[in-house]
Amino acid sequence: MLGLLWIAAFAGAPVPAHAASTAPAEVHIWNFTFDPPSLTVPVGATVTWINRDDEPHTVTSAEGAFTSQALDTDDSFSFRFDAPGTYVYRCAIHPQMTGTIVVR
Amino acid sequence: MSQEKPENSTSRRDFMKCMAWAGTGLVWTLSGGILSSKALAGLQAAPNAPRAGPGGRSTSGFRFVQISDTHIGFEKDPNKDPVATLQESIARIRALDPAPDFLIHTGDLTHAQKAGGFDTVAQLLGDVALGGTFFVPGEHDVFGDGGKEYLARFGRGTLGGGWRSFDHQGVHFIGLVNVLNFKSGGMGMLGSEQLEWLEDDVKRLSSSTPVVVYTHIPLWAVYPEWGWTTGDAQQALAYLKRFGSVTVLNGHIHQVLQKVEGNMTFHNAMSTAFPQPAPGQGPGPGPLKVPADEVRRLLGLRSVTYTAGKQPLAVVDSTLG
Repeated sequence: MLGLLWIAAFAGAPVPAHAASTAPAEVHIWNFTFDPPSLTVPVGATVTWINRDDEPHTVTSAEGAFTSQALDTDDSFSFRFDAPGTYVYRCAIHPQMTGTIVVR
Repeated sequence: MSQEKPENSTSRRDFMKCMAWAGTGLVWTLSGGILSSKALAGLQAAPNAPRAGPGGRSTSGFRFVQISDTHIGFEKDPNKDPVATLQESIARIRALDPAPDFLIHTGDLTHAQKAGGFDTVAQLLGDVALGGTFFVPGEHDVFGDGGKEYLARFGRGTLGGGWRSFDHQGVHFIGLVNVLNFKSGGMGMLGSEQLEWLEDDVKRLSSSTPVVVYTHIPLWAVYPEWGWTTGDAQQALAYLKRFGSVTVLNGHIHQVLQKVEGNMTFHNAMSTAFPQPAPGQGPGPGPLKVPADEVRRLLGLRSVTYTAGKQPLAVVDSTLG
């Protein structure tokens, strides 16, 4: 069953770019982790991060491509990825928290 | 307990009993680089007992107080009013006799640089000690603007990103900043500029000079997975190895922890705002959710007493409740 779900999840991954760009791509922040830690989205997609922790966090690109203010509980931050590439980011307050957005 | 009593072993013990109170349970005394501890379980709270020693303040020595992680702007469980707990801490500091010569604040003055946080801290701590307060920043104070506001408010007399050293009654104090060069993956960093300054700063000192280092993130690997370590701390500690007595005071992890390494002792302090879990206990280093009526047992301050001659450096952590 788990195997089937896994296959199903991946089978659905290569969605046409124009459709995916409007689909919600969300990263949840809880327990001092970005979930999922790595997310692949098509060019033009907007990713939204939502902080579910009681601690403030930020979403800060390692290369300076994007950075949020401190997100308090339930605050969110969105960024639209118009260029393909691999975007590594972290929380500027808790830099042990890292994540990656892959844009194809 | 009279301050006129000569400092013999009995009065010293009495003093320790007076000074220690429920919560931390240990008193560490550093004398000539040799550290010993006493269990103090079950003793009555007496946070304001006078320091032992003939003549109190007239002896050649002094007291200072460390507070940490005031997190002004935090407003969640287990403490929705960190201003109140800071005020309680200040009341205890004001009642100390003899009074501390100065305070040291080891960072995270504010909670994520919440607007008005720096003002509140500056206002509340303004006149608590005659010698003022020496600050180092925590990551909450600098992450948003690289330390601009912090340095404008609290950086007077400091170098670089806010580090400094000063001498007080024969003790050399070094305030280090390890929150400005965060690396992905999460540890504090001092950086090469500060390390070079440190090497130069201690060159002129004789090895018998007692050294107190204060900084925000621990200089030892408390729990690297949560970022509770400083990546290039070993380089800094290498410059301090030759000294007979090095006391390192930290904040960041909101709990008392001690470690001894040769002539160096590392003391992590409590927060005045909220506790954090023991290293690695639980899913992450968020605020430890304890019942509101228990939280003061996990918050507090630290008094450090230095007496020349025998050179004991007594580090006493006391809780607010």
